[in-house]
Amino acid sequence: MTALAVLTTGLLTASIVLIFFYAPVDADGLNQKIFYFHVPIALTSYACFGWGGLKAFLHLWKRPPGADLESYVAIHQGVIFGALTLVTGSIWAKVRWGTWWTWSDEQLVLFLVLFLFYCAYFMLRYSVDPGPQRANLSAVYALFGVVLIPISFMAIRLANSYIHPTVFKSSGPDMATSQLATFCVAWAAMLSLAYFLYRFELAGKKLDANLKELRELLA
Amino acid sequence: MQGHGVESHGQSGQVSRGQGTGASVLIAARGLGKRYGDKRVLEGLDFEVDRGGFMLVTGPNGSGKTTLLRLCAGLAIPTAGELDVRAPRETIGFAGHEPLVYRELTAIENLDLYGRLYRVPERRERIGMLLERFGLWQARNQRAGSFSRGMQQRLSLCRALLHDPDLLVLDEPYSGLDDAGAELLDRELADIRGRATFVVSTHDPDRVLPLASTRLAFA
Amino acid sequence: MRRYAADVAVLARKDLTLELRARDTLPAMLLFVVSTLVVFHFALPRHSSDLAAKGLLWVAIVFTALVGLTRAFVAEREQRLIDGLLLAPCDRSAIWLAKSIAVLAFLGVAEIVALPAYAVFFSGIGWSTIAAVCLADLGIVAVGTLLAAVAAVSRTRELILPLLFLPLAIPVVIGGVGASVVGSPARYLGFLCLYDAVFAIISWASFEYVVTE
Repeated sequence: MTALAVLTTGLLTASIVLIFFYAPVDADGLNQKIFYFHVPIALTSYACFGWGGLKAFLHLWKRPPGADLESYVAIHQGVIFGALTLVTGSIWAKVRWGTWWTWSDEQLVLFLVLFLFYCAYFMLRYSVDPGPQRANLSAVYALFGVVLIPISFMAIRLANSYIHPTVFKSSGPDMATSQLATFCVAWAAMLSLAYFLYRFELAGKKLDANLKELRELLA
Repeated sequence: MQGHGVESHGQSGQVSRGQGTGASVLIAARGLGKRYGDKRVLEGLDFEVDRGGFMLVTGPNGSGKTTLLRLCAGLAIPTAGELDVRAPRETIGFAGHEPLVYRELTAIENLDLYGRLYRVPERRERIGMLLERFGLWQARNQRAGSFSRGMQQRLSLCRALLHDPDLLVLDEPYSGLDDAGAELLDRELADIRGRATFVVSTHDPDRVLPLASTRLAFA
Repeated sequence: MRRYAADVAVLARKDLTLELRARDTLPAMLLFVVSTLVVFHFALPRHSSDLAAKGLLWVAIVFTALVGLTRAFVAEREQRLIDGLLLAPCDRSAIWLAKSIAVLAFLGVAEIVALPAYAVFFSGIGWSTIAAVCLADLGIVAVGTLLAAVAAVSRTRELILPLLFLPLAIPVVIGGVGASVVGSPARYLGFLCLYDAVFAIISWASFEYVVTE
C-alpha cells in the first residue's frame, strides 16, 4: 500500500507539472488545462463503475466472499470521481461559455444520469439490512448501471438532435504529442489515485468487519 | 445411519435422537447458522433427519424455529455452515404463519393455481378430496379472504399437502385450528406418517410427540 | 419450454384475475393519468409549442407506469405470498414474466384512455407516437417489474421505486419523445427496440437473484 501511495503521489505531481509547464497553451488559454483533469477523471469514473459491475457479476456468478464489498467500494469511488467530473465540467463550462451547466455536452449529461443512478444504488443499499439479499440486490442494480452507460450515451446523443443542435463539444481537437503525453500521465495519475482510494477504503471496511466479528465473539 | 454422537453448540439447540428408521438421511445440517443483518437467529446447529422420520422442533417464541423451518423448506439460505436437504423443490410441502393463499381467489381457485404450478396429476379430484377431508368443501367457492383464521389454516394445509410431498415442513400447524380442525390434522398426519418425512414446530408438543422420531429443542 | 409458458400463463392469469376482482390499481392509474394531463394543461403557458405538450405526454406515461408498478408486488410482500411462488417448482423468471405481462396489460388499458384524452386536450397523435408508446411500454414494464421486486425487499418500499426507476426511464423518454416529435422516427423506434431487448434480457436473467433470501 505504501508503494501505491508513493506511486500515486509521484504520478499526480508529475501530471500537475506537465499540465502547467509542459503542455502547450491552447486557444482556450488556461481554461483548457482543466481538460487534463476533467477527461481523465471521467474515464477513471467509468473504470470504477466498470470494475464495480465486474465484481457484481462475479458475486452473482461464483459468490466469492469479498466481491460484494469490492463492488460497493468501487462504485463508491466511481460516484466520487463522477461528482468531480460534474464539478470540473461545470467549471469549464462557466469559464468558457458563462453558464454553469450546458445540456449539449453529452459527456456531462451522461454523467448526470449515471450520478443519479448510482446515488439510487446507495439509497437502495442503505434501505436493506446487510446480508446475502442486500448483496444480491446491489449486484443486480450495479449490472443494470453498467448496461445503462452505453444505452444512455446513445440516448443522449439521439436527444440532442431534437433538443438543440450540437454546438458545443467538450472533447478537444486531435492532440499533439506533447498534449497526448500530458494527457496520458494525467490519466495514469487519476487511475492510480482511484485505485489507491479503493484499496484504502476496502482495507478500512475489512478492518471494521473484523472488529465487529471480534466483538461478537467476545460477547 | 443410526444416531451417532450428537453435540450441542452455541445457544441455539440441542438435538436428541429417538429411533432412527435406518433409511438414508434426508436433511443434514452442520454448523448451520442464519443471521438477518446484525441479528444472529441460528448458530452452530447440527442435526439429521432420516427419510421417513419426524423431527419435532420446540422452543419459545423468537428462538429461531420459524427460521429453521424456512431454511429446511428452501425459502432462505444459510449464512453459515451447511444444510443439505435431499428433496427437490417440487416434493416439499410447507405451511407457515401465513396461509399463502390469495384473498381475492376462492378456495378452489387457490388450490387450482398451486395444483397447476405443481403439476398435480388428476388435479380436480385431488383438490376435491383435500377440501372434503379438511371440511372445506362447502366453502369451496368462497373467497379465501372471507375465511376465518381456522379455515385459512385448513386451506393452507390443503395447499401444503396438495402435491403429495415427500417432505412436509409445518410451522405451528395447529395454531388457529379449533378442536375439529386439530383432529382433522391429527388424522392426516397419522395417515401420511409412514410415507413422508416431517419437520414440525409446535407449541403443543404433547400432541405430536408420539409421532416424533427426533426432537430439537431450542433454548 | 411448454411448461415454462404454462407456468407464465397460470401466473399471469392469476394476477389479472386478482386485479379484476380487487379493482384498485387500474382505476387509480386511469384517474391518475387523466388528472395529470389536466395538470399539464395548466403547466404549459400560452404559446407553448405542440412539441412541449408531446414531451409532457411521456412524463404522464412514465409516472402512470410508476403508479401501477408500485402496486405490483404488494400482496406478495405483505402476505408473504411470494413464498408460495418460490416454493413452487416453476422457474423464478416465470414469476417476473407473468407479472410483467399483467402490468403491461394495465398500462395498456391506461394508455387506451390516456392517448385519446391527450388528443382531445392537446393535439392529435400520429402513428409514430403510438408505435413509440407500444415499444416503450415493453421496456418500462420489463425494468419496472424487476425494480418493483427490488423495492419490495427494501425498508423504504414504495419510496425507493421511483428513485431506482427514473434514471433507467430516461432513455425510454428520449426514445419516445424523439419518435413523437421528429419527422423521421425510425432511429428512435430502433433505439427503443434496442432498449427493450437489452433490458428485458437482463431483467429476466436477474430476477432470480432478487427474490432469493
